[in-house]
Amino acid sequence: MTPGMAPVATPFFFYLLSGLAVLGGVLVITRRNAVHSALALIVTLLAVSGLYLMLYAPFVAGVQIIVYAGGIMVLFLFVIMLVNIERTAKERQFNRIWPAGVLAAVALLGLFVSVYVKGKRLFPDSNLPLPETSNTQQIGVMLYGNYMFSFEIASLLLLVAILGAVIMAKKRI
Amino acid sequence: MSYFGSQLSPGVAGNQLWALIYISIIFAGVSVAVMAMNWLERKALAHFQVRLGPMRVGPHGLLQPIADALKLLLKEDIIPAEADQFVFWIAPLIGLLASFTVYTVVPFGPSQAVSDMNIGILFMLGVSSLGVLGIVMAGWASNSHYPLIGALRSSAQMVSYEVAMGLAVVSAILMTSLNESGTGTLSMIEIVRAQQQQGIWFIFKFFPLGLIAFVIFAIAMVAETNRAPFDLAEAESELTAGFHTEYSGLRWSLFMLAEYAAMIAVSSIAVTLWLGGWMRPFPNALSAPAWEFLFSLFPALTFGGLAGIGFLGAARMPSHSFFKIQRAGLAVFAALLGLLALLLLVIAIAGRNADNSIAARFREGIDYVYWFVLKVAVFMYLFIWYRATWPRYRFDQLMKIGWKVMLPISLGVLIVTAIVGVIVK
Repeated sequence: MTPGMAPVATPFFFYLLSGLAVLGGVLVITRRNAVHSALALIVTLLAVSGLYLMLYAPFVAGVQIIVYAGGIMVLFLFVIMLVNIERTAKERQFNRIWPAGVLAAVALLGLFVSVYVKGKRLFPDSNLPLPETSNTQQIGVMLYGNYMFSFEIASLLLLVAILGAVIMAKKRI
Repeated sequence: MSYFGSQLSPGVAGNQLWALIYISIIFAGVSVAVMAMNWLERKALAHFQVRLGPMRVGPHGLLQPIADALKLLLKEDIIPAEADQFVFWIAPLIGLLASFTVYTVVPFGPSQAVSDMNIGILFMLGVSSLGVLGIVMAGWASNSHYPLIGALRSSAQMVSYEVAMGLAVVSAILMTSLNESGTGTLSMIEIVRAQQQQGIWFIFKFFPLGLIAFVIFAIAMVAETNRAPFDLAEAESELTAGFHTEYSGLRWSLFMLAEYAAMIAVSSIAVTLWLGGWMRPFPNALSAPAWEFLFSLFPALTFGGLAGIGFLGAARMPSHSFFKIQRAGLAVFAALLGLLALLLLVIAIAGRNADNSIAARFREGIDYVYWFVLKVAVFMYLFIWYRATWPRYRFDQLMKIGWKVMLPISLGVLIVTAIVGVIVK
């Protein structure tokens, strides 16, 4: 970043983006119409990508848009569009697992509060590990240098998952 | 103005005022280009098919786009009763937003861009892939069969061709890393600079590897923008008008605007990655001031040529009194083009010295933008040419080409490029 340049990472943008993300998240679970939920989820994902930008992680932000908002959500919508929405909206919910959901939510809230209270001790202050201008290059060096083995293992796992999905979905190959 | 004369794009320099000015210029320029493209497409398609095309509104139909825009603005805006109102309303806006947002990183020149991002090309691919959401939402919200099938086809097509497109882009980015430090770049401006440093456009690099990657991209970008011969999403013979069947008036025109803006955007990606972006031909080999001056005359010559064609058209108008107004109109249009050519000529001569005077800076900027726009214009003409030449693919053929032909070839080119790059180093 050139000196003298106004920083973009102002509190205003942080609250705007996190507000959008929370609003989108609430809409995802409150809308009855699955397509509306999916659209709200896209808003959340884009807001989170903006938050990554504020953390000086442009590469992660770009990948977030390409993979989640542009790729996965299109496939979600693709499937949801083929579902008869009127029918699903009228269908009564028949499972009774809301106590478990409430329990999980309370536990998560407890975790957040404890991190907020003890955060200073758990996570000491540190400088940016990677400068913004060479962030992408540094990530490349890390992935293909220091963490080459785990990276390749992860891609092998994904490949196995893809092959498994194809074999299960197709009777005759 | 402290920013004026700086070598940075306003986004990098952190100058909001100039960023806003650049955005307005680009928005206006793209909108005008879309209108011109609309006219040119109708005219060129007509001539391909031995017709005249629009002839009535203005001389040679030059005012047709304005008449079209007026008609679309005044038309009744219909929302089907059973449609999902909110999604139907927001879908064209999403498409428009996605296709215009990418222009923030399009490098019209080394400093003639709104901003330069470290992840420029990633940003462009990501945001332009959001455009498919607009199409999918439009198709679903219409609550009608043809739009739904069109949207399904379109999303399947765009997701498929994005893969081959991405791999072709990666092989071009790989070429940017062939320098001393060995680090490549994703920034649009730095990609063009890398081509200048290596002294070669990436289309000719490692011949024919660069060319193959470029051809893959050029095919994929036609599919990405849903243009003929890949326009299955709006195949008239099967689906009426595809995903925008239920749209009318202003909303429909927003879809058209988004489609053409997206075409210009993907063409500028191709120009930036493979055709040397803003650089004139041979910027290193023919860098003598005389050559520089010669090449800086090109903008003036282009507009002069267009003015000449205009005057010729005016002279060839039938000498009947019906055509009096048309002839005068065309002559005035040609005269305006001629004035523009004269202005460009004056700037080229005034700024011929490579000092840092305002005239020289202006001349430089015009040159950069001119060469960039000229290259993009070639692609825009190709889009029309494809549409006039090739019949539409069948859907299974489309998927076959995408997954079984383009994907393996682009993957192979990527691997071979990497191997050659390592050997050359």
